Amino acid sequence: MGNEEETAVYVYAVTREVPEAEAAVAALPGVLGTPVRTVSEGGLTALAGRVPAHLFGEEALKRQLEDLEQLESMARAHNAVVEAVTARTLALPLRLATVYLDEERVREMLRERAEEFRELLGRLEGHLELGVKVYADPQHRPAASEQSGAGERAPAARAAVSPGRAYLQQRRMQRRSREDAYRSAEQAAAAVAAEAELIAVDRVRHRLQQGELAAGPGQNIANDAYLVPVAQAEEFRRRVLAAGEAPGVRVEVTGPWAPYSFATPPPDAAPAPAGEGPAGGAVAGAPGSGER
Amino acid sequence: MSNGVDLAGFEEETAAPAGRQVALIDLLDRLLTGGAVLTGDLVLSVADVDLVRINLRAVIHSIGPDSPAPW
Repeated sequence: MGNEEETAVYVYAVTREVPEAEAAVAALPGVLGTPVRTVSEGGLTALAGRVPAHLFGEEALKRQLEDLEQLESMARAHNAVVEAVTARTLALPLRLATVYLDEERVREMLRERAEEFRELLGRLEGHLELGVKVYADPQHRPAASEQSGAGERAPAARAAVSPGRAYLQQRRMQRRSREDAYRSAEQAAAAVAAEAELIAVDRVRHRLQQGELAAGPGQNIANDAYLVPVAQAEEFRRRVLAAGEAPGVRVEVTGPWAPYSFATPPPDAAPAPAGEGPAGGAVAGAPGSGER
Repeated sequence: MSNGVDLAGFEEETAAPAGRQVALIDLLDRLLTGGAVLTGDLVLSVADVDLVRINLRAVIHSIGPDSPAPW
């Protein structure tokens, strides 16, 4: 690994062995601009490409991923490969930075996990993932008629009172509107989830988004992923957005995504990996559903 | 297009003209906590080694002691 010429094999996704998989990535750059190939074994294909080994050891990878720019570029390249494959055939996306020593090890992995892959692919067939995020956003007022009477009178009233009082009055109104926004966002989130579950076959809750990367107004109060039949994706989107319409609430539907959030088996359904040591516990440690 | 799902073709009228650029935070939600987890040779998995948990939180999340690390 110290040798800069040595390569390792980065794996993006697993599909059934079909000609479409190879065609999808023929001219597509993978992470760090490296080419993407296919590695097949026993009716399954891994979309995989050689990468410089010295950049994917534990320490080097850590440095790469801690640099936001490098992380973004790797994540986008990974996703571009997964999307290109998904456009042609059903694909099981892998987590970022799954790296093997060589192609033979990838084939070994395909052999060992064949049953699990087939089961997952079968479950995901004909479905896609949609993200649904609900925000409490006091500034967001979809309908002007929702303005309260007090809100309408406020500017005139403020002009008549002292600046200090006006300030307090304004603060009070802001607080009330924030509280209203939260309450109504909680209700909207429940309505959205109820509507979503009429169509979706599965749901995974992601952690709430906050901080620098969480762009956009409002406070995120729900960040869920749903597994939805392809044919009902538009209907899902329409109904979820309609269910979440309320003053002070913003609902965002993202995707469609390759089914990243549903690519791990639920913990109880995880087959005991035969012939694997304690390292096999990695699967059980990543539940396919529930809180993350 | 056998069994394929054209992810970019969804809701074309609102898609950015130059192609859809997904938000990084949504992508990271999926790529760092989703995706099939396999035991690779060089690194067990991003989740296993807590690679990103250590410092990314400083970059991505405004973290307080009561706010657990994102990944």
